Amino acid sequence: MATDTCREDRGRWRQGIATHLLQALGDAWRTLVVGVPYVWLLLFFLVPFLIILKISFAVSIIARPPYTPLWDWGPDGTLTISLNVINYAFLLEDPLYILGYLNSLKIAAISTVLCLLVGYPIAYGIARSPHGTRNLLLLLVILPFWTSFLLRIYAWMGILNKQGVLNNMLIALGVVDQPITFMNTDFAVYVGIVYSYLPFMILPIYVNLERMDISLVEAAMDLGSRPSRVFIDVTLPLSVPGIVAGSLLVFIPATGEYVIPALLGSPSNPMIGRVLFDEFYTNRDWPLASAVAVMLLIVLVVPILLFQRYQLRQGEDGR
Amino acid sequence: MNRGRSTFLTVWLILGYTFLYAPIILMMIYSFNASRLATVWGGFSTRWYGELLHNQMVIDAAVLSLKIAAVSASVATVLGTLGGIALARFGRFRGRLLFSGMITAPLVMPDVITGLSLLLLFVAMEEAIGWPEGRGMVTIMIAHITFCMAYVAVIIQSRLTQIDEALEEAAMDLGSRPFRVMLDITLPLLAPAMISGWLLAFTLSLDDLVIATFTSGPGATTLPMVIFSKVKLGITPDINALATVIIIVVTVVVVTGTVILNRISYRRLVESQRALAET
Repeated sequence: MATDTCREDRGRWRQGIATHLLQALGDAWRTLVVGVPYVWLLLFFLVPFLIILKISFAVSIIARPPYTPLWDWGPDGTLTISLNVINYAFLLEDPLYILGYLNSLKIAAISTVLCLLVGYPIAYGIARSPHGTRNLLLLLVILPFWTSFLLRIYAWMGILNKQGVLNNMLIALGVVDQPITFMNTDFAVYVGIVYSYLPFMILPIYVNLERMDISLVEAAMDLGSRPSRVFIDVTLPLSVPGIVAGSLLVFIPATGEYVIPALLGSPSNPMIGRVLFDEFYTNRDWPLASAVAVMLLIVLVVPILLFQRYQLRQGEDGR
Repeated sequence: MNRGRSTFLTVWLILGYTFLYAPIILMMIYSFNASRLATVWGGFSTRWYGELLHNQMVIDAAVLSLKIAAVSASVATVLGTLGGIALARFGRFRGRLLFSGMITAPLVMPDVITGLSLLLLFVAMEEAIGWPEGRGMVTIMIAHITFCMAYVAVIIQSRLTQIDEALEEAAMDLGSRPFRVMLDITLPLLAPAMISGWLLAFTLSLDDLVIATFTSGPGATTLPMVIFSKVKLGITPDINALATVIIIVVTVVVVTGTVILNRISYRRLVESQRALAET
């Protein structure tokens, strides 16, 4: 017995050293796996934000680069830091910006609700389809997402035009006798956003519904609930995580959307992405454009944090 | 979920898919319209396809976009795969919260912010170290890699959570080093996810307008930038032809890719199940 334990101990010892060595190798390996993408993201994701923040406190000047430096070393070695909040004050003073933010939030929120109303039944319908057709239906949802986003918006320009397909159809059906202006209205922007972002709403909800424990629905059915009650009391509450994920995936990018309002929206009622673009390219006011971006980010911080918490939880659930 | 669809759901599905596909199909039909007017049918013609073939600006832009997309997708796949492995397999490491935040944020970050911030970075870098001189293909690639790697990382991470960790642990127990385990076990299992990540990154890069506009210089015009400037002027029929070509190519690639990937991952699943059953 005693020798056995002794041998066992020695074996364990040897194993210990080997494990340590392997661990050191493994650690180096792990550092490399995390380190490379980490450094890339620090350099090209985090630092750019710090620069935006820095420039938003500068003042626009005619020079290259077109803004004042944030800090200056005087001839006697003194450091002067000039933080200008003038850009932010300007954002609050001029109603153009506040209206831009509010308009963006309104359009993004309404589009998200519309996406949910259109997308939920589609996701539910796919989840309730037989296994074979399910994959085909999913592929058909994803396919437009692979083809060009810009060209799909362009397709809507042909439909919503004054002489477009929709007006032709409405006139032929006798619904209206004068063509309706769809282009360059908020309506067109809603159509564009819902159309482009619909897959982002359908997919998370579908994934959620597909993973759902079917026995809960069956139990409710067996206990005599009507299908509509089962849906409201069981299915809907269980699919809330999917709804939240889909809504965030639509709402956050839609708030900063530039292309859709630029092509389909009205110029007099700009969304904040357009304001930022104009401030940067037309007025060449880099500090003000940076301040607009910082404010947009601040508006979106809560939704983005929610999205990240959801992503983290997803990663942990899977394990 | 096998209780079957109700009539309501079936009708809704038909309406939903009509909504998704009607604009695309209409655009394809009008690409064969002989008339310059978008809405008046002037007979069948392939005239716009001919004009497209002779438009050097469009062809140059398409070639540039394809180059950028190929390089960006490849680098983004490597970086995104490493990031996805770190997130799914390394448990808690120092700076994990910041890392996972930085890697998932580009999924939702509005393009205008990403584009503006990267442009300001490139300008600051040029002031400080003289590189990049002006902006062009390389700066667009860097920008595309940064936002595409987020998509790849998410795909890889979710695939890794589906793959049984026991396979990797078994290899470890049999004395493989982490590097070998990754090379022999993890990467082959991840191959289908990496291919779909690459395809996604490729199309995202091809599709991007806003970030490319911010990060490109006067010498580099990508295809979406050409399309946008043409489209802003109104309906131009040759864009219909271009769109039809792009949509058909993408559809063929995606459908073939999906079929092949499904087959590969199914076979791998069967093999790994069998391997596990035998142990």
